[in-house]
Amino acid sequence: MTARYYWGLHLGLIALLFAGHFVLPAYQHGNVARIMVLAVYAMGYNIAFGYTGLLSLGHAMFFGAGMYGMGLLSYHFDAGALPAMAAGIVAGVVLSLVVGLLALRTAGVSFMIVTLMFSQALAMTLVYFRDITRGDEGFVIPSATRRLWGMDLSDEAHRYLIAWALFSVVLIFTLWLVRHRWGRVFVALRENEERASLLGYDAFRTKLGALVISGTISALSGAAYALLFGYAGATFAGVQYSIFPLLWVLLGGAGTVLGPFVGALFMFYLIDLSSGVTDAYMLIAGVALVLLTLFLPHGLVGEVKRRLWRDLP
Amino acid sequence: MDFGPYLMLAMLEGAVLASVLALMASGLSLVFGVMRVVNVAHGEFYMLGAVMAWAVTSFIGGGPALAFIAAAILAPLLVGGLAAVADMVILKRLNYDPERTIVATIGLLYILQQATLMTYGADARPVVPPFNHRIALPWVEWGEGGLSFYFPWGLSTTSYKLFVIGAAVVLIAALRLFMTRSKAGLIMRATQLDGEMATAFGIPVERVYAAVFGVGAGLAALAGVLIVPIQQAHYLMGGDALLLSFIVVIIGGLGSLAGTIVAAVLIGMSDGIISVFFSPTLAKILATLAVALVLVFRPQGLFGGKGR
Repeated sequence: MTARYYWGLHLGLIALLFAGHFVLPAYQHGNVARIMVLAVYAMGYNIAFGYTGLLSLGHAMFFGAGMYGMGLLSYHFDAGALPAMAAGIVAGVVLSLVVGLLALRTAGVSFMIVTLMFSQALAMTLVYFRDITRGDEGFVIPSATRRLWGMDLSDEAHRYLIAWALFSVVLIFTLWLVRHRWGRVFVALRENEERASLLGYDAFRTKLGALVISGTISALSGAAYALLFGYAGATFAGVQYSIFPLLWVLLGGAGTVLGPFVGALFMFYLIDLSSGVTDAYMLIAGVALVLLTLFLPHGLVGEVKRRLWRDLP
Repeated sequence: MDFGPYLMLAMLEGAVLASVLALMASGLSLVFGVMRVVNVAHGEFYMLGAVMAWAVTSFIGGGPALAFIAAAILAPLLVGGLAAVADMVILKRLNYDPERTIVATIGLLYILQQATLMTYGADARPVVPPFNHRIALPWVEWGEGGLSFYFPWGLSTTSYKLFVIGAAVVLIAALRLFMTRSKAGLIMRATQLDGEMATAFGIPVERVYAAVFGVGAGLAALAGVLIVPIQQAHYLMGGDALLLSFIVVIIGGLGSLAGTIVAAVLIGMSDGIISVFFSPTLAKILATLAVALVLVFRPQGLFGGKGR
């Protein structure tokens, strides 16, 4: 019975965002397209942090791997959109597999620091090889790449629809995954790793699987960001972009399918509004992080789940 | 310049970095050791120390020496006080849960950094050192006429840089004496070993935590005050410093003060040398990767004896 309700809720959001394409004014239309791509990143992060309990402080390396895997192939070899996107995703799979094999030997605070360090190393490497990556200034994705099935992706309408399609696919995939047996093992590991291991689940391999799925979705988002908005830069691999998905997921609600989108939406507009007032817009992010950990540890959707709708996935 | 003098110059720069790093990292290590809190905002306390040193020296007249002494006393006190308040208002209410405190200190990092941007601005500003004599250094060479001294061009340091090294040595010795000999140090160590037992013996653990967090931040601020006459004060200077002190604390073994000092010398010197001969970015990439691998394969640190 409830299955029908939550499918309705999630498909309803997808329908609402599709309707947004026709009714939103130009400025908001562009914003929502960007938020949907960033929400994909947050959903990827949520699989590791929200469902499996792997608090990573280095997901920007996966976002950056996707962005640069896609961008470099396009920039240096004039690849088309599909091969370039594929390169971004492959970069994400490989990197998350390697990082997972190493970092998952640690847990808790050490895991946070190891992921942070790997991510920093990648960001600095991007700056160091500036001949290839153009370092901090980044580069513009050639317009030859930004065409998909005859659509010009620098066009606002196409951009929104591609972002919407991507968002919908990842949202439905996440919903399916967390209801699936695998997703339930992720949650079991988050709640009590020892007990899950005693029940016969291979903790290491499951966590590795979760991290690779999470890293791959993050890379997909990074590649799509470069493809749709036409720019790749080392700041996207920097520490700030590791903190953002954590912030979005915490605000929206860790371990809920809708939380990442809600968090990204709120935080995007909060920062958008405050950056009109001051240069120090990250102050808002800082205050939000502190207030969230103090007063709203379950996030917005998490609070709904806790009080009203206990089996919301 | 020949290779020898050049290497010596690199080592001198490395020694200055190592001294500041040792001071800063022992603050981070103290906080982690006693409270089991990874303080991501530690770099911002260092930055605040530097910025406050600028503020104090520019508002107090009476010559650079007097102003610098005032800054060295006031900045750590103010920053330490601020940190103690942050501990009581934020960290205490999270019950020092490791993951939530990291998220909260990330928030604190942005609050301190961005508040500095709003008030102090985005400019890098210098502080006049209290004294600054150029000291040319001799180099020995085995020439035709036997051993000979000469002063290679460019091989020099300043009296202030030597003072920084000396000051760091004295301060760290003082910290060690404080931890091992004083009553307050004893209480801190007791809390570190077993918080619950310490409470049972009537130690006000919450106040000890606030004090430790304050002292840790004060050490970072002091490092900031010492470095600011060499490197200008800037609102983003905390990031690199935080990364380096993390590296030092992890390689030295989390929470071990002696290991931290050894690692600071090792990392500071090698960073100085690699930066002079190659590039500072390459040095940081190598150090960062090294530290990640140390945490993966030897979580107790290179110098830590037993696991924690």
